[in-house]
Amino acid sequence: MTPNLHLWMIPVLPLVGAAINGLLGKRFSRQAVAGVALAFCGAAFAMALWVAIQFSGLQVPHVETLAQWIRAGEFRVDFAFYLDQLSLIMLLVVTGVGFLIHVYSVGYMWEEGGFYRFFAYLNLFMFFMLTLILASNYLLMFIGWEGVGLASYLLIGFFFIRDSAAAAGKKAFIVNRIGDFGFLIALFLMIQHFGSLNFDRVFASVTPLSVETAGAGLLTAIGLLLMVGAAGKSAQIPLYVWLPDAMEGPTPVSALIHAATMVTAGVYMVSRSHVIFERAPMAMTVVAIIGTLTALFAATIGVCQTDIKKVLAYSTVSQLGYMFMACGVGAFSAGIFHLMTHAFFKGLLFLAAGSVIHAVGGEQDMRKMGGLRTKIPWTFWTMTAATFAIAGFPPFAGFFSKDEILWRAYHASWAYWLIGVFTAFLTSFYMFRQWFMTFFGEYRGEAEHGHDEPSRAGAPAPHGHAAHGGIHESPKIMLVPLVILAILSVCGGWVGSKRFEKFLSPVFHPAQFTTISGPTEPISAASEASEEGTSEALFTGISVCAALLGFGLSWWLYYANPQRPAKIAHALGGFYETVVNKYYVDELYATLFVKPLIAGSTKILWHGVDQGVIDATLDNSAEGAREVSDTVRHMQSGNLRSYAGWIAAGAAVIIFYMVWIGTR
Amino acid sequence: MVPLSFYLALGGILFACGVLGFLIKRNIITIFMSIELMLNGVNLSFVAFAAQWHALSGQVFVFFVMVVAAAEAAVGLAIIIAVYRTRETLNVDQVNLLKL
Repeated sequence: MTPNLHLWMIPVLPLVGAAINGLLGKRFSRQAVAGVALAFCGAAFAMALWVAIQFSGLQVPHVETLAQWIRAGEFRVDFAFYLDQLSLIMLLVVTGVGFLIHVYSVGYMWEEGGFYRFFAYLNLFMFFMLTLILASNYLLMFIGWEGVGLASYLLIGFFFIRDSAAAAGKKAFIVNRIGDFGFLIALFLMIQHFGSLNFDRVFASVTPLSVETAGAGLLTAIGLLLMVGAAGKSAQIPLYVWLPDAMEGPTPVSALIHAATMVTAGVYMVSRSHVIFERAPMAMTVVAIIGTLTALFAATIGVCQTDIKKVLAYSTVSQLGYMFMACGVGAFSAGIFHLMTHAFFKGLLFLAAGSVIHAVGGEQDMRKMGGLRTKIPWTFWTMTAATFAIAGFPPFAGFFSKDEILWRAYHASWAYWLIGVFTAFLTSFYMFRQWFMTFFGEYRGEAEHGHDEPSRAGAPAPHGHAAHGGIHESPKIMLVPLVILAILSVCGGWVGSKRFEKFLSPVFHPAQFTTISGPTEPISAASEASEEGTSEALFTGISVCAALLGFGLSWWLYYANPQRPAKIAHALGGFYETVVNKYYVDELYATLFVKPLIAGSTKILWHGVDQGVIDATLDNSAEGAREVSDTVRHMQSGNLRSYAGWIAAGAAVIIFYMVWIGTR
Repeated sequence: MVPLSFYLALGGILFACGVLGFLIKRNIITIFMSIELMLNGVNLSFVAFAAQWHALSGQVFVFFVMVVAAAEAAVGLAIIIAVYRTRETLNVDQVNLLKL
């Protein structure tokens, strides 16, 4: 008998916090709002830790059914929670990083309006994200999936007075809907063919099916549709366009939702559905190709961005591409490992970027920063840790996970590996470019008291306090999460990919699945091990070299010769313009989809259907009633005897009618 | 014995006189009296039928009609007085504010 862990409480705790702050928070003081939000989020984190302690004694997967939800004939869906190694890792990452970001937000948002609203949304997000992770069936997962989309929309549009923020929120929501549509159809296919959405039952039905190597079949279709959903949520080609715009939200939101947790939901979902993907090689290939291309594509855009948050946004898209590359080559545990380390260092990068923006009074353009190294040392050192981690320098966290992904990708195809290494070089280059532009050289901004100028996108509004002298370090409540995440960014990878994979192996390589293992299975033969060891070391060396090269190039361009990048950009001309404008993808989508849709909606749906049919029906019937009444109203003359005449005439008609009926 | 049709004819004539007076006359008191005439025409046919079929319900109806008519007379006369006080006329053609 397994103990009852009351898993349902983990998501519900933040929901209670969201309800309290959302309904009553307006009357609370800021301290009380922050207290409530932190208490409930912290309680969820504590509970997750408690579950983790109990975990070794559990029989996994540990399923707890809370209540029956839908029952229609054979088909049933319950409010049930599913705990195994995969969801445990996600649980710890989401609650842990989420709690740290909550703490940071208290400091970051202190001067902002709508403080209670912000924390209500943030807690609401935690509720949906934890539901997504702990769900034991695809439908409950979908609830969480949609819910995090909602929370993301609300938080991107948090500064809703600004048009750009409201538009970015809508864009994120609509693009996500496209992905959700694919996800939903995948669910329908599962119901149709497997009669259930429970993970256990679906995977049990899928397991006996053969691998669809020869031709694409049902599993390939489900896999591809799931990937459409994942591409929407996790910002992969072709649906990545919403994530860079999502930077309109407050920076802690970018850190929590658009870097550390929500955008990784797609990776989690694909990994969770690995049973399906393993039997659909074509879908796997598509996942790998999309991941690889996204990684490269986003990295090249990231190189030319000048907005500190946009660089990080494209970097996030690129790193998510790595995770999908890992999933696509069957290295799910490597993908999840990168997900975890990425949550640490990308969360930290965003928080540190927020701290920088806070320090320079809302400026986000890196061209107007520089030389901040000595002025905000804590931010500088934590961001340095994260930058080295993402660039893949040993022994920082990102090195271990990225190296593992590249190594496993090489086993699938050298092309993935080559693009991956090149992307690693680009990653290192644009991250150090950011690092040098922000922290080194001369300060290029306005005079240090430039706090009166209107703040730019996503930044805190101009600070209200008068005694706000110049560039300054952030308060302690913001620095503590930075330091903790910096420690995690440094040490997070030391657990080692092998040990991580071993921990996750009950999820990804249960005994009954080993028969269908391909070249993507972990290398078990002892004789191969030493040979693999040397070549793995070689590959590690190459990726470290790529990172070093990126560092060296950005040092040369942005530290030693700060004049040169402009010249190179000038020399590249049109190509540089294209990249700066993000390959005109937004414009392309606008021309291909948005404008025809708006035109069609305006001409056909608005002018044609709405005004022509619906409004016209109503208007014409109203007009008809008015015309008739206009004629008939003359009967109401106010003359008593005319009324009497009408009554008498009416009575006479009735009498004649009845007499006529009677005599017929 | 007088046949039923005679009573009904008399009742019809009384009712027709009432309707005619109601439609033609302008004085509100005359109109009021015409209404009473119509009611009594109806009453006459009620009692005639009651006698013919040896049923009491017709007689009972007549009592009800008389009670209602008495009440109506009280209320109606009060309204007439009120109208006269405000409009200083009993000509219904001049009491015609209730219209569009």
